[in-house]
Amino acid sequence: MTISVGVDVGGTFTDFLLMDCGKATFRTAKVPTTVDDRSRGFLEGIDRLGHDPAAIDWLVHGTTAGTNAVLERKAALSGLITTRGFRDTLELGRRTRPNPYGLAGSFEPLIARQHRLEVTERIDAEGRVLLPLHEDEVRAAARALIAAGVESVVVHFLHAYVNDAHEARAAAIVREIWPNEHVVAGHEIIREVREFERASTAAIHAGIGPVVSRYIGAVARRLKDRGFASELLVMQANGGMMASSLVAEQAVQTVMSGPAAGVLAAAEIAKAAKVDNIITGDMGGTSFDVALVVGGEPVITAEKDLAYSVPIRIPMIDIHTVGAGGGSIAHIDNAGMLRVGPESAGSFPGPVGFNRGGTRPTITDANFLLGRLNPQAVTGAGAAPMDKVAAAIGSEIGEVLRMDAHAAAAAILEVAVSELAGAIRLISIEKGHDPRDFALMPFGGAGPLHAVAIARELAIPRVVVPRFPGLTSALGCILADVRHDFVQTLAVPLRDIDPGSVEAVMREQMQAGRQLLEREKVRVSEVEVRHEVDLLFKGQSHVLRVPLRGASFDAGEVLEAFLAAYRERFDLELPEMVPVLMNLRTTVIGRRERVDLSAFRPTGGSLQEARLGTRSVFFSGTWVDTPIFARDRLPADALIKGPAIVEQPDSTLVLDPECRARIDDIGNIVIDLGA
Amino acid sequence: MQKSVNPAAVDPVTLTVIEKGLQQVCSEMDLVHEKTSFSPVISEAFDRSNGIYRKSDGSMIAQGALGLPIFLGVMQETTRSVMEDRDDLEDGDVILVNDPYLGGTHLMDVKMVRPFYYRGKLWCYLANTGHWPDTGGMVPGGFNSTATEIHQEGLRIPPVKLVRAGRMDPELVRLVLANIRVAEERIGDIKAQIAALATGARRLTALLDRYGAEVVEAAIAELEERSERMMRAHLETIPDGTYEASAFMDSDGVVNEPLEVRVAVTVKGSDIAFDFSRSSPPCAGPLNSVWATTLSAVYVGLKHIFPDVPMNAGCFRPVTVAKPHGTFIHAEYPRPVAGCAAEVSQRIMEAVFLALAKAIPNKLFAAPAGTSGNLSLGGRDPERGENYIMYYFSGGGYGGWWAGDGLTNGCSTIGISKSQPIEILEQRYPILFERYALREGSAGAGEFRGGFGVDYRLRLLRGEGKASFLMEHGRVGPPGILGGEAGAPNEISIGRGGTTITPEHLSKGEGFVLQEGDWIEVRTPGGGGYGPPQKRDAKAVEEDRRRGYFPAAARK
Repeated sequence: MTISVGVDVGGTFTDFLLMDCGKATFRTAKVPTTVDDRSRGFLEGIDRLGHDPAAIDWLVHGTTAGTNAVLERKAALSGLITTRGFRDTLELGRRTRPNPYGLAGSFEPLIARQHRLEVTERIDAEGRVLLPLHEDEVRAAARALIAAGVESVVVHFLHAYVNDAHEARAAAIVREIWPNEHVVAGHEIIREVREFERASTAAIHAGIGPVVSRYIGAVARRLKDRGFASELLVMQANGGMMASSLVAEQAVQTVMSGPAAGVLAAAEIAKAAKVDNIITGDMGGTSFDVALVVGGEPVITAEKDLAYSVPIRIPMIDIHTVGAGGGSIAHIDNAGMLRVGPESAGSFPGPVGFNRGGTRPTITDANFLLGRLNPQAVTGAGAAPMDKVAAAIGSEIGEVLRMDAHAAAAAILEVAVSELAGAIRLISIEKGHDPRDFALMPFGGAGPLHAVAIARELAIPRVVVPRFPGLTSALGCILADVRHDFVQTLAVPLRDIDPGSVEAVMREQMQAGRQLLEREKVRVSEVEVRHEVDLLFKGQSHVLRVPLRGASFDAGEVLEAFLAAYRERFDLELPEMVPVLMNLRTTVIGRRERVDLSAFRPTGGSLQEARLGTRSVFFSGTWVDTPIFARDRLPADALIKGPAIVEQPDSTLVLDPECRARIDDIGNIVIDLGA
Repeated sequence: MQKSVNPAAVDPVTLTVIEKGLQQVCSEMDLVHEKTSFSPVISEAFDRSNGIYRKSDGSMIAQGALGLPIFLGVMQETTRSVMEDRDDLEDGDVILVNDPYLGGTHLMDVKMVRPFYYRGKLWCYLANTGHWPDTGGMVPGGFNSTATEIHQEGLRIPPVKLVRAGRMDPELVRLVLANIRVAEERIGDIKAQIAALATGARRLTALLDRYGAEVVEAAIAELEERSERMMRAHLETIPDGTYEASAFMDSDGVVNEPLEVRVAVTVKGSDIAFDFSRSSPPCAGPLNSVWATTLSAVYVGLKHIFPDVPMNAGCFRPVTVAKPHGTFIHAEYPRPVAGCAAEVSQRIMEAVFLALAKAIPNKLFAAPAGTSGNLSLGGRDPERGENYIMYYFSGGGYGGWWAGDGLTNGCSTIGISKSQPIEILEQRYPILFERYALREGSAGAGEFRGGFGVDYRLRLLRGEGKASFLMEHGRVGPPGILGGEAGAPNEISIGRGGTTITPEHLSKGEGFVLQEGDWIEVRTPGGGGYGPPQKRDAKAVEEDRRRGYFPAAARK
């Protein structure tokens, strides 16, 4: 019946997952990312799935192409038209420095100063027009920017979140002169107070827009040539997707969409496995990405910084990146302390064990030396040179700490695990959660290697390892619904609020979402609308978010929910203070047909068939004969007692001697940590 | 810490893990403090710090990595003073203190100290500082520039028990709140500070339960050893010798004469000594610095030069600072000190930077703007029927450095705080910004030029307001090094009833009464240049021209 394909274009590899819901089957493919022309690798992978593109119903795509372009300042050349007196907003930022200590450092704004032009206009904080828009200046500025060769234009005026008349008019003028989908007014993306953050978000959008729409356009055309008849869909940072026809006007939403898709998949897998709360740990070669799923939903934030002084204020799945991956280098610092990272051997030269010329010991090398990773199965390199691995760890770490190489390798892992667990702890606490109330879901190539140790460190009772830890982002693309988010700053004390005016904004946001859904022409089974409000006490800066029930606004109910949330989060009561409604948020979701994950339920296989042999593995100071299993031959409901290692092409799971694991009915390995 | 484990017996892994664990305790305290505060100076600008201090002498065990830098050395002095002052501390007590002469800064930095008991015995102290928007005194916000004794500056709180055995003293709270402006929100800040200390106590207990008090104590001793070793390794790269430099304050706000911070830095092997004894004598106005702040300024300066050394008492063991008795940077009661943390400390650091630039220029930068650029505006908004106090701290250019140009609009060297968005300021206060721009031409020329300052102009929209300025580098700009030029000095103009005036003390002044339509303009300093401008790369010169950074030079 329905055939869905998810595609995740990463920095090194592009992953494909096809699910045929009618037959309850799936196929996977992996091809190197073709950086010169990403659409080529894309089509190649589709071919490998062995299905005629004409037979594919849904094709959903996640990518980091736009994000990297911005981070490397290789995005499209953009221009800015802004309020007179404020052209330097993007360059001045919020008066910071890159690090708390050290005064050397630099920063390049997203739009160069010569392409930031000013026009006469001014609106105040209440939305009143103080100076009318000088339309001829807008025309002159637009012409000057076109002459300078920009590919996109941002119109950004002060206080446009409360009155968008000037921005809208100026954008219309620019579009008249330069009919182009790469003209954007700041309020079209977010309607939130804070001029630098709004401008930065719009500048990211303008930098990404031409890059992403060129690429998606090329992919869509080539697919159409091959007979693909449906609309190509694109993942967004909020964990939803959109039609590729919207990608130019919604380009900023594609930022970090690949990792977001991974977290979304984790949430769906958890739901299917009947686990409400999970912490995801996506560990690759250079980084460890952590996100929280609470009550089945990924935690969303609108307060991320893409890089130093590059804030982005769209709602995104809240992913924290910790600079520790398999390639992180272990070293002894000047004080004689063992450190792991932040420097990474990356994928080239990579760990010593990859035999590509790497000489410095990494987390991956420690795993090789301790028997945790199979030294005979190095991607594309045959066997790991174990003598070199032992020598690197021995000489760089062991000698200094007066340990043998194996003890040094164990020390590297212990420090790395403690650091990762610490990061998870701080992230959970910051969001107001206790990690002990969660299950850990590791993915990425290196996630399952350390998941059990991290969970023990945090007293997390359970680890759930998905069927394909290396394909979570591609799976997320298949599982995503269509989703659009809206926000409007209100900043009114709760006691003075007119419910009618709040409800009017709620209706406007909902209609805007429904209109987008109509334009997208994506088949959805139902439309769900959610409203949330951000509140704080007058004088504070940090908001707490509270969901609204239904489409009406009851200030009393909201107040109660807010006070309860505050008590829960901070253990504080502040009856003296005035609660203020800061922002109103609406999410419009077009639900798609459910994809049944039971396709991942193993068929056939047995423990004996799966058993590949044994390897000596180092656990808590001693070598233990450890059975090795092949994941794809493990039967449903199998029970595995630690110690054990479960191998699959893109990932390795380590179970320590105290673990008990079983395979659930959607193919997950569920590990209970003997609590 | 009676029974002690041999530090060498703590294995290297446990050592690293405990190091991170202690930092986490502090980070969690910082987090709770920041998220629940009402003072925008704390919640938006991170003007707060939380840490753990030794029970023996108050020295620092750990402090939050994102705490305000100037509190680095201050809070151990605060803890020390509390230990000397009170011998009646019990489990569950919290001490409140803001006395500048007892390990303090200015009155607005209100500290709390909590003795931490583990298994019934005093184990260490937890302490924090939060900048309150007001503590009474002659000007709203406390940043006065004309006080001649501390009693004019606001409410001075000696170490008093705010919380006794877990119960907050309501009488004391009443007394404090009755003496400060816009008091309604301060009870929120008090609770936030107490809650942060409670979080710290819970987390530290968990850490000690897990590793055992003896092991943690041994680890702390070993960590201090290692920080010391690392600092010594850095100091050994400095050629032995004495390096001298001076930095100048515009005035003390009362007497319009410059003040000199004069330092002689002597390096011998891996020891470094700072002698400030030839600095100017105590001044009449509020630009004195207290000892804790002076000491901390030296520490923060070193940490800016060697940022990789982990922070604890060990890293400052090789550092000797002689108490500069009889100078304005060792003020005693009742000298006024409102400008000590925000301004004098930065001038002390500047002198340290300039002196060490002579020794190790490959690790230094030219002088940064080095002022917090405080503008306070208070008044009544007739439209809303509300009183208000606005603080605006502005940034300036950083100095050029060994491999690049200085940062534009960097924050003060003692802080890490963000400035408030213009849209938020206009929402809260009856003002309108007519310009908030990069200050063209302000960067000091050099092979690596300085960063640029900020040029802003705001207008009072309603009612009457009173403006105060506490800024610096108005007489001379931040100096360049190795042949680089100085950045542009700070400038203030006030448009009142159609005429333009500038403060007599250039960068300072208070009580400027503004009416509807009057305006204020501030142009903050650019950073100094590094190396001779003639050596600047031609491509960089062309890029500066395309960006319009130096319009006056281009017209010539």
